[in-house]
Amino acid sequence: MKLQPFIRIAGHAAALAEDNIDTDIIFPARFLLLTTREGLGAHAFHDRRYLADGSEIADFVLNREPFREAQVLVAGANFGSGSSREQAVWALLDFGIRAVIAPGFGEIFHANCMRNGVLPLTFDAEVCAGLSAAAEAGKAFAINLEAQHVTVEGMAPLGFTLPPERREAMLNGWDETDQIVGSFGEQIAAFETVQRRSQSWLYPEDTKQ
Amino acid sequence: MTAPRTLYDKLWDSHVVADLAGGEALLYIDRHILHEVSSPQSFVALREAGRQVRRPEAHLAVADHAVPTRARGEIADPLARAQVAELEANVAEFGLPYAALDGADQGIVHVIGPERGFTLPGTTIVCGDSHTTTHGAFGALAFGIGASEQATVMATQCLRQARAKTMNVELTGALHPLVGAKDIALALIAQIGGNGAAGYAVEYTGPAVAAMSMAARMTLCNMTIEAGSRIGLVAPDETTFAYVKGRPMAPKGAHWDAALGYWRGLASDSGAHWDKVVTLDLTAIEPQASWGTSPGQTLPISARLPDPANIIDPVERRETEKALAYMGLIGGAPLAGTVITHAFIGSCTNGRIEDLRAAAEIARGRKVSHGIKAIVVPGSAATRAQAEAEGLDRVFCAAGFEWRFAGCSMCVAMNDDRLTPGDRCASTSNRNFEGRQGPGGRTHLMSPAMAAAAAIAGCLADVRDYAP
Repeated sequence: MKLQPFIRIAGHAAALAEDNIDTDIIFPARFLLLTTREGLGAHAFHDRRYLADGSEIADFVLNREPFREAQVLVAGANFGSGSSREQAVWALLDFGIRAVIAPGFGEIFHANCMRNGVLPLTFDAEVCAGLSAAAEAGKAFAINLEAQHVTVEGMAPLGFTLPPERREAMLNGWDETDQIVGSFGEQIAAFETVQRRSQSWLYPEDTKQ
Repeated sequence: MTAPRTLYDKLWDSHVVADLAGGEALLYIDRHILHEVSSPQSFVALREAGRQVRRPEAHLAVADHAVPTRARGEIADPLARAQVAELEANVAEFGLPYAALDGADQGIVHVIGPERGFTLPGTTIVCGDSHTTTHGAFGALAFGIGASEQATVMATQCLRQARAKTMNVELTGALHPLVGAKDIALALIAQIGGNGAAGYAVEYTGPAVAAMSMAARMTLCNMTIEAGSRIGLVAPDETTFAYVKGRPMAPKGAHWDAALGYWRGLASDSGAHWDKVVTLDLTAIEPQASWGTSPGQTLPISARLPDPANIIDPVERRETEKALAYMGLIGGAPLAGTVITHAFIGSCTNGRIEDLRAAAEIARGRKVSHGIKAIVVPGSAATRAQAEAEGLDRVFCAAGFEWRFAGCSMCVAMNDDRLTPGDRCASTSNRNFEGRQGPGGRTHLMSPAMAAAAAIAGCLADVRDYAP
């Protein structure tokens, strides 16, 4: 699956102003039996979106217009906490979400977002509450990663900063494995040479018959 | 003379392959454990890019999450069967060590890593599973990662990481005999919150930690992710070395002597800087049980449920109302006496032999309350065999518990061990999230002894009233 570059996005944002939305809520475990990365959007927030008979729960934000097409999610504190399942990010991405704004994230979820071109942005709880209200009111959101700011109709622009290399990678859709192989091959080999000497017990392959 | 360093500092410094901008580094990863559920897409990524696994012997694979626990042999669920078959095909294609489902080495990733001696002090260990924090009990820098990161580790033995801040969780005072590591973990999370340790590497210190078994230390480190941190640590000591020595994959002979010398230097130096210190007085800790839908929503068993009417903060009031509604509970009612339908003893948090012994002590000579479905799922095949050698299976079966084969089972509800809507479970697992044990299911987290007491009482109960 090719990584999509993230440059700028614009459109409606969906507000899910609830703290501790864990990855079990974003992608229930029973769907982890699927072994693909594609098409998982159908199961995103499954138990919040659908009743047991498969019909939609009308008042859930992602079942309402215009939020079905939202590219931005404005969430509560500790969003994506819990399980490491990357399916949570793949499901959001497949649903069309390219950025999540929250007062804080589960650390593994945050890392998984960065690996998939989904931009996780952290702002204070008060700022998020304002963004959440604007989202619910249907205001237009725009996120520009080149300029590193979020603009919301009727609000002053909000700046954010990503580590420069991370920003560069996301703007270009670079794959991290490619980057490591391309830039650090010699350093990895040198590290292993030293560690092999000083901690030889970590290299069972050297003594195995 | 170098400045005094914490255990985390030493683990970090010794694994830096290259310093990167912004406090990040390319870290060398010594060990990777993988299971059937989070790894299929990692192998797809390797295959798509035409990459090999850099060091096959640095990995260990096992099926644990989706496997049935009633019997071994062919898996009835076609999706789970296909997923295990895919893991087996992947490890064969890439030449990775594999603990077969029907074999004596199978079990939950975080139980067999230590049991096999794959988990070693001083190493970096990753797994596509958030409870990889468990292995920090050995003084290893161990953390959960996503499937894309797993592919990177298999191809390069490296990961790009940001350095964490350090938190010292100092445990003081002595515990009541029927209060244990699970109660400490739950009380800590209730105190600091479900994201109270986010951004920190947590090290547990104090005489109570030094006195703990490896199983108790693993429970403590395992639950660290529920406080928002990916890293929980305990300094390796004689207890650690005695546990590791002689394990099948542990160093032997001259390697053992060299390793031991290295491991003895890993503990945090006195005078090392901590970014944060949290103190917990164990004397004051009662047996705990969670009441809500995040692990921080935990109370001592003698407490009453929070009453939203008395909560001033609007966010906290809304969260409390939401959790009480999902859990089918009424604010202000006593926590003890809440009627259950299920009890689950097992998981990577509490599926070790010490956990099974603690539960069996409470269950011995008693009966599971009428109508309660109670299951005991050992964390590994080796744990199951050990328990059977000690007669624990007979204690459980005589009391009316079901005795199962090893796996994650009702902690993650990916096999057929799951709750149906409205069921309520006294559970030794790690997460009480909505639907975690099955859609609409309600989970109360607690220790193995507390879960056994609840199964017998038919409701949440104070294990101190069920002393053996």
